[in-house]
Amino acid sequence: MSSVAPADLPVGDNLGSIEAAERSEYGTRTARVKKRLTSRTATVIALIIAVVWTIPTFGLLVSSFRPAELIRTTGWWTIFQNPGFTLDNYRDVLFSTSSSSPQLGAYIVNSIAIALLATLIPLVFASMAAYAFAWIRFKWVNWLFIFVFALQIIPLQMALVPLLQIFSTWLRPMQAWLHEIVPIIPEQNYLPLWLAHSMFGLPLAIFLLHNFISEIPSDVIEAARVDGATHGQIFFRIVLPLATPALASFAIFQFIWVWNDLLVALIFSGGTQDVAPLTQRLAEMVGSRGQDWQRLTAAAFISIVIPLGVFFGLQRYFVRGLLAGSTKG
Amino acid sequence: MTTADLLGKLLQVVMGLAVFAAVVGLLIFFIDKAPKKGRDYWQLALFLLPAMLFIAVGLVYPAIRTSLLAFQDSSGDWTLDNFVWTFTQPAAIRTLINTIIWVLLVPTLATAIGLAYAVFIDRSRGEKYYKVILFMPIAISFVGAGVIWGFVYDYNGVGEQIGLLNALVVAAGGEPVQWLQTDPINTFLLIVVMIWIQTGFAMVLLSAAIKGVPTEQIEAAQLDGTNGWQRFMNVTVPGIRGALVVVLTTISIATLKVFDIVRTMTAGNFNTSVIANEMYTQAFRASEVGRGSALALILFVLVLPIVIYNVNVLRKQREIR
Repeated sequence: MSSVAPADLPVGDNLGSIEAAERSEYGTRTARVKKRLTSRTATVIALIIAVVWTIPTFGLLVSSFRPAELIRTTGWWTIFQNPGFTLDNYRDVLFSTSSSSPQLGAYIVNSIAIALLATLIPLVFASMAAYAFAWIRFKWVNWLFIFVFALQIIPLQMALVPLLQIFSTWLRPMQAWLHEIVPIIPEQNYLPLWLAHSMFGLPLAIFLLHNFISEIPSDVIEAARVDGATHGQIFFRIVLPLATPALASFAIFQFIWVWNDLLVALIFSGGTQDVAPLTQRLAEMVGSRGQDWQRLTAAAFISIVIPLGVFFGLQRYFVRGLLAGSTKG
Repeated sequence: MTTADLLGKLLQVVMGLAVFAAVVGLLIFFIDKAPKKGRDYWQLALFLLPAMLFIAVGLVYPAIRTSLLAFQDSSGDWTLDNFVWTFTQPAAIRTLINTIIWVLLVPTLATAIGLAYAVFIDRSRGEKYYKVILFMPIAISFVGAGVIWGFVYDYNGVGEQIGLLNALVVAAGGEPVQWLQTDPINTFLLIVVMIWIQTGFAMVLLSAAIKGVPTEQIEAAQLDGTNGWQRFMNVTVPGIRGALVVVLTTISIATLKVFDIVRTMTAGNFNTSVIANEMYTQAFRASEVGRGSALALILFVLVLPIVIYNVNVLRKQREIR
């Protein structure tokens, strides 16, 4: 590609003025017509796609505020012919204590509790590992790093059965013992989920953070070493503050990942309201009462709200984490 | 949930945080107190230790063990029966075929729609809002998406249809259908849900790539008298080839492992099961650990080419540095 400097452009003086006028006129006119045509069809198609993509979620939102009787008998798009607005569905799924209602309160607490530590543990361990990978100069370390990178793509399904066996052999007695000592903590606790999610999240976290931490100029680290700083001090005072954007990206991605997970929860949570997250409860509701739309719509919306809020509030970081972590198993 | 329950949960989180902080604190303490001889080596090894331990216990050992379990029967004898079952049982074969249909349709359609959308809204007014609309489903859980679309596909035996799809069918003069129970249309309707989720991802990546195509090239092609379609095929597409590969492989992997959508919407009944769902059903519902492991191994073999490709790309990158 050779670009021509503007000065070298032949100026249209050698053309007859009429000819030039005609040509430019003609050129711009066809160009304008063409542009408008493509952009008009393009706009229409883009609009159609946007509408189609929004309608299902919008229908769910509208329905969750309609009385049960109306949901069962009329389509949500007839809201103007059959007006009705109520908060009962939300009240029912969140606060009702009757045994038939889903009682989502406990599950919301579970989802938050699980996601908090399942995000924090891999974040800290991975940033430590990423620091080591970035500053050790040994051949085998390079291979180890490539191995860890490859692990992010391995399907979770490969690990589930043996890990469950390991947990029931080693973790179960510990949980029972803890329950003996502190009866307020149920025998089924969050520990297996925290550990499982942390283990599965580490490869991606190491990869993402390493990319960032290895970009830190070595002079900064060397200078600190010369001043007698220990590795621990360098890590906490220099590396972590500099890596904040990458930390935020991974944290958001992992939080949403854990919050939305169903597979790990199904296998490691035991499914009681002591541990099970919101997604598991929602899937259960679909399975057992498939036609209870007034509850399902409200419950689904409650489960969607937090990740959507995170998404809208911290979109930039989330996208970055997603782009890096899209291959996560 | 009683107050005691809530207290128990809070206590667990507080204890979890405390124990974790103690572990990290201890580690850092030992790192800074490492022996003088070979100090750097020890310190950095300790930095690696917790993550490597977790990965070994949670991923490496289980993956090896699963690979072995796939070739064993319930009493631990070596056998190929699990694979024989996978490739001869009609239901299992149907699972494999369904997975292939998923992997053929989802990446191509999601990428095509995402690319078209990205091109159409490029440099238009309100581009940001257009993007958010398509991208939003990414943040929604597969279970939530299952509920959202389950409502669209709802079938009402008596009276007015409340599912949008059946309402449209009725409005067009047709008979309402039990969508999710009708094979083979149900698999395609589940695939729609996955496309709905993945298109936004494709669109965001490709949109960024399109903006990276030099405008000089586009303008040069314009001067050569090409029309919009030619410019798109001969300038834009080659310019974003890298991004296209990333998007297609990423969505392919996600599609291979699709589980929640099928689990939530049909639980794999009515001939809609896919490998990941069947793996869960066999290993954790039917206690057929060998069959489940065999399916997991098949899943692994299917993603292996992509893993190898990515590793090669990474190795080249690290050699350049």
